[in-house]
Amino acid sequence: MIVPPVHSHPKPRARAGPHTGDPLLFADTSSAAPPMNNQGYYTPGYNIGGAPVGGPEDAGVNNLFADPMASAAMMYGSSLANQGKDIVNKEISRYVSVNKLKYFFAVDSKYVMKKLLLLVFPYTHQDWEVRYHRDTPLTPRHDVNAPDLYIPSMAFITYILLAGMALGIQKRFSPEVLGLCASTALVWVVIEVLVMLLCLYILSVHSDLSIFDLFAYSGYKYVGMIFTVLGGLLFGSDGYFVALTWSSCALMFFIVRSLKMKILSSFSHNSMGAGATAKSRLRLYITVASAAFQPIIIYWLTSHLVR
Amino acid sequence: LYLSSKSNMAFTLYSLIQAVILCVNAVAVLHEERFLSKIGWGVDQSIGGFGDEPGIKVQLMNLVRSVRTVMRVPLIAVNSVCIVLLLLFG
Repeated sequence: MIVPPVHSHPKPRARAGPHTGDPLLFADTSSAAPPMNNQGYYTPGYNIGGAPVGGPEDAGVNNLFADPMASAAMMYGSSLANQGKDIVNKEISRYVSVNKLKYFFAVDSKYVMKKLLLLVFPYTHQDWEVRYHRDTPLTPRHDVNAPDLYIPSMAFITYILLAGMALGIQKRFSPEVLGLCASTALVWVVIEVLVMLLCLYILSVHSDLSIFDLFAYSGYKYVGMIFTVLGGLLFGSDGYFVALTWSSCALMFFIVRSLKMKILSSFSHNSMGAGATAKSRLRLYITVASAAFQPIIIYWLTSHLVR
Repeated sequence: LYLSSKSNMAFTLYSLIQAVILCVNAVAVLHEERFLSKIGWGVDQSIGGFGDEPGIKVQLMNLVRSVRTVMRVPLIAVNSVCIVLLLLFG
């Protein structure tokens, strides 16, 4: 059955990700990246759900095309669907600039591995500058310091699954709790992004941190949360606290080094007089407070899972 | 229920939306003449700072003024919808 791209179920492939026939919404990275089955971030249930649907419908296709009315109706339906898809794309691109969003998902597996290693052990990394290429920031594929939204979103989903598993081990699982956990974690990230935006506006920090950058930097704490919950599940209460301190320190270091480049250096070209020191102190406070907030929220969101 | 055994506050997106609506309402009811000018946060007191570093107080005043200007009409609609929904569904 020809499925119009607007409601396409992911076809059963090794990588249940971007539908390559849809160039507007997804960057064409599926050809470059190898299938990432070892990451554990995709839910394999996606594949299984898509496969049985295709089977029984194949038998009916040949019969349908013999009937001209049905084929005309099908073409009309597919043109309607294309129009609907265009309208949806236009509306979406009015609120969320899709090109900017595509930049954050242009990753490959080498970048993901390096970034995960950086999030767990950032102490040996030397150069934290985001490299530019003729005024535009390099995509995450070429620059390991660039923020991306792929890791945070996948880590968020993995965190929800891990939370469900942890609750199930303690026999406290029910489907509503899973949704509650997911929305709580999401709400805390949204709150943190809003507070950061407010502080950046009030202190008139003219950095190039867009709202997606802030979501990316806030979303990296999900990786820390996964590490902590895994430590707690595998090694009990002691393992939980060890993993908590390790991931908190690593994440604090990571956030301070990354944001220092963006926030604190943005004023260095117009620093003059005594006012500069007060401003730079406030910016330092913002960076440090944002970093200190991470362990608090990691503890807050994972302690109930490992009791 | 299992929800009460969790030690953290159970946030949902709905409670976030409620909190945001309440905060924006709180900013929108600050009256220009009767209150903001009295405490030195009026519009006429923020024009002094030129140069590229406006200062915290000026930025806050600008934020309050712009929220009041922009959100006046949408807040009427949102508040009416909230009132009707709360009356119907409690």
